[in-house]
Amino acid sequence: MKTMLKTTATGMALALTATAATAEGELVVYHWFEYMPQELLDKFTAETGIKVTMDTYDSNEAMLASLKAGALGTYDVAVPGDYMVSILAGEGLLDTIAEGELVNKGNIAPEWADPSFDPGRASSIPYQWGSTSFMVDTAVYGGDIDTTDILFNPPAELSGKINMLDSQGEVLAMAALHLGMEQCSTDREKLKSMNAMLQEAKGHWASFNSDTAKEVLVSGDAAVGQIYDGFGAKARSERASLKYAFPTQGYVVWMDNVVLLRDAPNRINALKFMDFLLEPENIAAVSNYARYASGVSGTADHLDPELATLPESNPSAEAGAGVFIEVCDEATQAVYDQIWTNLKK
Amino acid sequence: MASKQFDIKTYGGFKGITLLCLVVLYAPLIVVTIYSFNASQSLTNWEGLSLRWYADVFSGPESAKFKEAAKNSFVIAIIAAVVSTSIATLAATGMVRGGKFKLRTLSFGLISLPLMVPEIVTAVATLIFFNSIGFDRGLMTIVLAHIAFCIPFAYLPISARMQGIEDSYEQAAQDLYATKRQAFTKILLPLMMPGIISGFLLAFIVSLDDFIITNFVKGAGVETLPTAIFGSVKQGMKPNIMAISTMLLGVSIVMVTISYFVSKSDNTK
Amino acid sequence: MAAGAASGGSATTDTYKEARTWLLMPAWVVLLFLSLAPVAMMLIYSFLTKEFRGGVIWEFSFAAYDQFFCDRGLFGDEGCTFEWTYMTIFWRSIWQAGAATLLSLAIGFPTAYFIATRPENVRPLWVFLITIPYWVNLLIRTVSMKFLLRDKGPLNDFLMSIGLIDSPLHIINTNFAVQLGLFYSYLPFMVLPIYAAVERYNFSLSEAAADLYASKFTTLWRILLPAVKPGVIAGCILVFVPSLGSFLAPDLLGGAKNFMIGSLIEEQFKGNAGNWPFGAAASMILLSLVLVILLIFARQQAKAEKAEG
Repeated sequence: MKTMLKTTATGMALALTATAATAEGELVVYHWFEYMPQELLDKFTAETGIKVTMDTYDSNEAMLASLKAGALGTYDVAVPGDYMVSILAGEGLLDTIAEGELVNKGNIAPEWADPSFDPGRASSIPYQWGSTSFMVDTAVYGGDIDTTDILFNPPAELSGKINMLDSQGEVLAMAALHLGMEQCSTDREKLKSMNAMLQEAKGHWASFNSDTAKEVLVSGDAAVGQIYDGFGAKARSERASLKYAFPTQGYVVWMDNVVLLRDAPNRINALKFMDFLLEPENIAAVSNYARYASGVSGTADHLDPELATLPESNPSAEAGAGVFIEVCDEATQAVYDQIWTNLKK
Repeated sequence: MASKQFDIKTYGGFKGITLLCLVVLYAPLIVVTIYSFNASQSLTNWEGLSLRWYADVFSGPESAKFKEAAKNSFVIAIIAAVVSTSIATLAATGMVRGGKFKLRTLSFGLISLPLMVPEIVTAVATLIFFNSIGFDRGLMTIVLAHIAFCIPFAYLPISARMQGIEDSYEQAAQDLYATKRQAFTKILLPLMMPGIISGFLLAFIVSLDDFIITNFVKGAGVETLPTAIFGSVKQGMKPNIMAISTMLLGVSIVMVTISYFVSKSDNTK
Repeated sequence: MAAGAASGGSATTDTYKEARTWLLMPAWVVLLFLSLAPVAMMLIYSFLTKEFRGGVIWEFSFAAYDQFFCDRGLFGDEGCTFEWTYMTIFWRSIWQAGAATLLSLAIGFPTAYFIATRPENVRPLWVFLITIPYWVNLLIRTVSMKFLLRDKGPLNDFLMSIGLIDSPLHIINTNFAVQLGLFYSYLPFMVLPIYAAVERYNFSLSEAAADLYASKFTTLWRILLPAVKPGVIAGCILVFVPSLGSFLAPDLLGGAKNFMIGSLIEEQFKGNAGNWPFGAAASMILLSLVLVILLIFARQQAKAEKAEG
């Protein structure tokens, strides 16, 4: 009897898999450009029979704009950064994943299971995460680099050789860490001092450039540059004297997340895709490709060993805490926008 | 007399400035072309000759995106160039062969408007317009925006050409009892062909290269070559961008060369 | 870009007078809907209420213009004093575009003159040489310019290897780099109209002046220049206007430390700010500025034509 049950169960499971593999299904993914290996998509299609279509965007803001402009209902899942998840949720663009809908939800690493930008992971799962700090050319400056003073109050050797990211979020979050204030502050005195501090610091900066953040460091045109950890590792491989800093005051952390969009045309397939990406083996393949950490437990066996020792992804013991860029309310944001405009006028 | 005139015409140093001008114009393009053959992963270090970045464009991880973008770019450019050239040809006939009329100056202003308004303003206005009438952004919005933007580029060479054609040919045809329509299609149009082809090519390349307007009015997931290049640069610049640029440069040179030889085969003089 | 034809043309006839309306209709319809209507809608949007993170709410508001002209302090709750921030940005753009126009004129005029005085059969070849680079994607050209001008880039390498300089010239991230980039972006717009004007110029006028013992410089300044002035003005406008709204050259070559009009407007639609009415208002102000300049030009042109009889 027991054997018979087992056989039946196996048979049913096989039958189910077979139907799944041949089922005519589609999935439309809205994703960053060059952020998912094609082999992994092929594997997903082979396992589930679901055909994946992918559109790409090049910034969180561009994705938000197109979703708001009527692209909702076209896509099943998107991959917004941390702060953009809360913005999308606030705009009502996300669907909620009910309890039990994701089989592999338990695979999410405990520290990422309840992030500030999506409490309880109501609509998202982790994709990749990393940090945004800065690199210093140790051939130009031999002193301590693990401090935000390097950016905002630099030693004479580095003054005038600093490239900042041309991104309000990253620059102002770093400035908040430097001053030890919260990100969406409403304290007028603190905001004024931040405004003044940035005006002062600007005199030490050579440029604001995101597009060539890596190139200016590799070429030696800049001796200090704000940069994402992944680009940092690439920059170091091209110029060995570059070192990624983990300031004691703290640094910016980012996390990209796969979210379930509202009005997803293929909701069931979207959930299957999310479950697929929560398999340690699969998400590790993304990490090996994109060179970032994943936020899923149990990936260690599948990871490229080099990733575990990358200086850019392994903060020293003295490093401050990593913080996400926060989303402020409209009135507070207006002040930060004004500070940014003052900085760039 | 001749030698004196030559003397009056020549200013020492003007030739030098012209050559300097050409050096400034071509140096960056030459550098891009050379570095597109760089074997190195890096943009800045030269590591020997290689075709790897050309191979990368066609078979690398970004190839699918660039193929799609190139297809979009060419489809948009062909539609925009055909439509705007047709409109411009008719408009030029009306303007140049239509006698004096009240709305002439106004019409000319309207036709050259896209040329006079800074591109960023055109981009903003078009985005807002499509948004306000609830027109979903996509391939179609790019095509429409490009048609309007390309009209003056097609119009100028066509009207310049038409002004150079004496209307005696058409008059003669009509004297021989050809209808207006026949005079237009059988006489004027063939004579105008070099101008029309230059206009078409100008419109085509303006559309193919446009970034600012396209970037504003494109829909989600729709990329043209320039926006794909820009997006790719944002993900960290790689030498494959230089390979694509060199190939685009090649296409542009071929197009402009055709346009040059076509306009040279002037059959009215 | 036979910009010489831009003045409207003289050789008009009335062969197709009856069909005129129908011939012009497609252009009118397309441009009315895709050029004029969008500008009108932009004007309306500049008076609407902004929606946080992009878009508008259909409620009348003067907030966008208030933000442009009124400084209400860091927290936006003070009385209105004149806002210099955006004036500074506009002035910087105007200044940069003006400097780029002068640079283009200084190099473009001799170039155009030189080409126009070549034998007739080789002139198109020269024009061809000047226009080729223009058809390469602007972004690519700007990036390659940046690459070339870097402190450790090919230009400095070359100049040092021939011993002209000892230490690298610091060009990148300076105003000069931006002007060079703008010059590079729009040079053909300067050369072609001037070329067209000089080509039509009757050199017997210069000869007459020379016969009257005018110096070469005087001949150029007093005789030739007034005659080709419309071409020069057209060239200046065709360089100045697009330079004014450009943001690629300032961002990539100037280091983006300071906003220019173009990047300020772009930020309202693509960046964090997401303030559409303000972006529309700034575009409107930029457009008005350009139209005023064009109007002055048109009146000058009309005066010149009248004077010619």
